[in-house]
Parts: sequence; C-alpha cells; structure tokens
Amino acid sequence: MSEIFNQIDWEAMKVAIEETTYMSIISLLVAVVIGLILGIILYITQDDGLYPNKVINKILDFIINLFRAIPFIILIFIILPLTNLLVGTMLGATAALPALIISSAPFYARMCMIALNEVDKGTIEASKAMGASNIQIITKILFPEAKPALISSITVMGISLVGYTAMAGCIGAGGLGNLAYMYGFARRNMAVMYTATFFVLVIVFIIQGIGDYVVKKVDKR
Amino acid sequence: MIELKHITKVFHTQKGDIEACHDVNLTIHDGEIFGVIGYSGAGKSTLVRIINQLEKQTSGEVIIDGEDISQLSTQALRQKRTKIGMIFQHFNLLWSRTVRKNIELPLEIAGMDKELRKQKAKELIELVGLQGRENAYPSELSGGQKQRVGIARALANDPTILLCDEATSALDPDTTEQILELLKKINRQLGITIVMITHQMEVVQKVCHRIAVMSEGRVVEEGHVKDIFEHPHHTITKRFVRDISNKATNNQLNDDLKAIYPDGILLRLTFDEDIARQPIVSRVIRETNLDISIVSGNLTNTVDSSFGILIINVLGGSQEQYHHIIQVFKDYHVNVEVI
Repeated sequence: MSEIFNQIDWEAMKVAIEETTYMSIISLLVAVVIGLILGIILYITQDDGLYPNKVINKILDFIINLFRAIPFIILIFIILPLTNLLVGTMLGATAALPALIISSAPFYARMCMIALNEVDKGTIEASKAMGASNIQIITKILFPEAKPALISSITVMGISLVGYTAMAGCIGAGGLGNLAYMYGFARRNMAVMYTATFFVLVIVFIIQGIGDYVVKKVDKR
Repeated sequence: MIELKHITKVFHTQKGDIEACHDVNLTIHDGEIFGVIGYSGAGKSTLVRIINQLEKQTSGEVIIDGEDISQLSTQALRQKRTKIGMIFQHFNLLWSRTVRKNIELPLEIAGMDKELRKQKAKELIELVGLQGRENAYPSELSGGQKQRVGIARALANDPTILLCDEATSALDPDTTEQILELLKKINRQLGITIVMITHQMEVVQKVCHRIAVMSEGRVVEEGHVKDIFEHPHHTITKRFVRDISNKATNNQLNDDLKAIYPDGILLRLTFDEDIARQPIVSRVIRETNLDISIVSGNLTNTVDSSFGILIINVLGGSQEQYHHIIQVFKDYHVNVEVI
C-alpha cells in the first residue's frame, strides 16, 4: 500500500489541486458576472421585455448559440492568439482562463435568461402597477425571485468547468487533468491517475454540496 | 373621479386584430364601489389595466381627478401609479419575501425610510387582520390570507383608488365573503374608490354600488345594482341575473315546500351512483316504521350508473324517531339534508 502512495509526488498533487481550484473559481466568477449581464440583456430585449429590442436580442442570441456550439477542446485552439494577447503566454493555469470563460459565460447567459423567464409575469405586472421603474423591477423582483434557479445554474456550470479544466490541462494548463494525463496515463502511473481523479471528484462534490445547501436556504416556495 | 372617454383598445395579433374594448365610456365617482361584470373575454381585464395604464388604449382618454393620465411622462405615471392600488386573482406576491416584506415592497419602490416602512406595514397588517403572520412566507398562507397580503400591499402608499382584477375568483365562497367584507370595510374606513372586475354576479350584488355589464368589448348596461337586477335589458345581463336568481329560487322553493308540508320533517335525499339502484326507501320504511310521503323526485340514468334526488316528507313520529330515520338513511350512504 505504502509503495503505491510512494509513487505519487504529493507536492505535484498539491500544486495540481491548487491550479484546478484556481482555474475553476476564477473562470466561474468571471463567467457568472459576464453571463449574468448578457442574460439580463437577452431577457429585457425580448419582444415582451422591459426594453424590447429585436436587433440586439437576435445578435446576442446568435453569438451565445455560436460559442456554445463550438466544442471546448477546439475553442482552446481557436482563441490561442487572443489568449496570447491577453495573458502573454499560451501555457499555465492563467492561460486557460480565457477559453474557460468564453465557453462558460454564454452557457450561464442562457441559463440566466431561462431563470428570469420563469419568474411569474404577474409579479412583474404587480410591481409595475406599484410604480416600479425597470431598474427596480430587475433588482427588487427579478433577481430575488430567480435566485434559486440562478444559483443552481452556477452549480451546474461550476461542475462542468472542473471538467473543462481537466481538458485544458491536457494541453498544458496544469492542474489535476494535466497530472492525470501526463504523469498518470502517459507514464503509466496508475496511482497518480486514480488519485488525481479522486481529487477531481472531491472538488465536484464540494461544489454540488455548497450549491444544494445555498439553494435550499434561499428557496421559500 | 375616474372618467373613461371613448376608450378603444385593439390588440394586433398574428391571427388579426382583436378589439378588446370598443368606445367605452364610464364615470366612476369618488368613494364608490364600482363593479364591471362580464364573461371571460368581455374586455373587462383590459379595461381595468387601462385605468392604471398597464395597457395603453388605442384611442380615448383616461381622466383621473381631472388629469389625463395617458399624457403623463413615464416618471409622472409611475408617481401616479403609487396612488392606484391593484389586487389580482392570483395575488402576485413575491414568494421570496415574507408577508411584511411583501407589504413593504411598494414603500421601498416609493423610496420610503426603513423605520417608516416598518411602522406602515404594521398598521396595514392590523387593518387586514394578519397579526402574527408577519414573518410567514406566501407559501405558508391560505388563499384568503394571500389576498389579504395583496390588499395590504395595494394600500401601502395610501392610494385613492383600488383596482380589483377578479380578486375573489380563486377563492372558495366563505373566503370570498370575508375578502368582500374586508373590501367594504376599507371602502368605508378609508373612503377609497374601488373598481371591481368580476364574472361573479354574487360579488357585485354584495358589495357594489353601481355596475357596468360588459360584453364583447362594449358596455351594454350601466347603473345602480338594484335597477339592473330588477330591470335587466341586455341578454347578457339577463343571463347574469338568471344565474343568480336560480340560486335564490332554490331557497324560495324550500320555503314554499315547508309551507305546503307543515307537519313532520322534509328531507332532501341524494343518492350517489353506487346506491341509486338499491331499494333503500322501502328498507328504511320497514326498519323505522315511519310514514313517508314522496314530494318530488328526479333520477338521472347514465350508461352504467344512476344519480337521484328525492324530497320526502316524514310523518307521524317523535323528534327522536326523525333523528333515527336520518341516521338510517346515512347508514345506507344516502346524503341527507333537512329542509
């Protein structure tokens, strides 16, 4: 048993866990902010929205669909020049961020629009009848009422982001995916591969656990 | 005073234009409870939304206290709306807020101070009789309680007008009664003008001073409730009046029967499909030794079952025996109602 564990470079494992966590959390935060903004624009520019605008709505809808349609592994290569421009390198955890964000922000924008559309139209009408401005409707009605759906979408996206970091790892971004592939699979060190996988699972379960807990807390329906 | 002048509203849909309101002219006086009654699709919901401009009329004027509100700027209209409360069929409360926070919402929107909001919410909670439920969430309330929150919320900014869009349609008869009483009380105590949209004739009959009857986007009849009830002109109005008088004649019929059969007791027996084909009456006669005279009966047969109503007069027994016969019928799973 101890022989198996001796095959594992624990220092490298620790670094890999940190890298994966770093990539997941930063890209999640940025993607949520961007996705939320795009999602609101998508929602309010709909035909019966607060600021109907067909042109903006159609363009945004198209861009979001486009980026969601490109497979992540291909997206990484496509945006390499952009990555180089933004972070000055094509390697390392930070270099993976643009690709992770660009692939997940449109996803969150879509989820956000769906969540906002689920808010009872009657409550929006009621708040209009109270004299609420559009900004007040967004901040006082839409967000609080859509909160559980918005949060559970973050959970879903967080988990798929962990998966994406592993893919990014295979092409030099570091993290647990990189470790599992380079040291585990390529060098046939199965202990490293399984241990790395184990830590990926732990991270996923933690995200799911936190997400479920928060949703349960805020959902008063 | 609310004056609607030549209001016409056309919805442009893919299937063509739909005229929801056609040349509607109404004057609603301060402090009155005005009912707008009509079957669904008559245009009454659209009309009530034109009063607070949630819908813009295609043509015509909405004048509230001498001011044409369709001419107001967005800002001024929002200001005006704070003085026009509205309650809804499905309450439209925020599930994410407690009762108190729901009531405070219009005050927050109006930019009122936190302490003042709390104070005002407390008063409103007392007004609508929800003490002790301040911190409950809407999901923990009954329909009637939810509508009370809706009413409190609508009254938060001290409006002069309260619009009720089918406010009692989702409630059971008892709760409807309570909510109507509350609305009457509010009208009396605060002097608020109430505009009620409904398809329930009982509702307008109980609370409204004047009513307008709508059909296919037009006001077909308007006047005091009493006059409309006594002399309905339009076919739609006659239908409404007939609906409600049917319920009244049932009571009338019972009284008449009692006058005809003053002795013994009168029972209305309802036989469900399962037992309608069994010889229950003869069994009961044998078991109780009482005389039964059949007053009227009605049996409906369908392919596989029967459903019957029988009104009987039971004679020649003591109070105890009458009690017994009711129990015997009940033992046979007959629904018994003493007339």
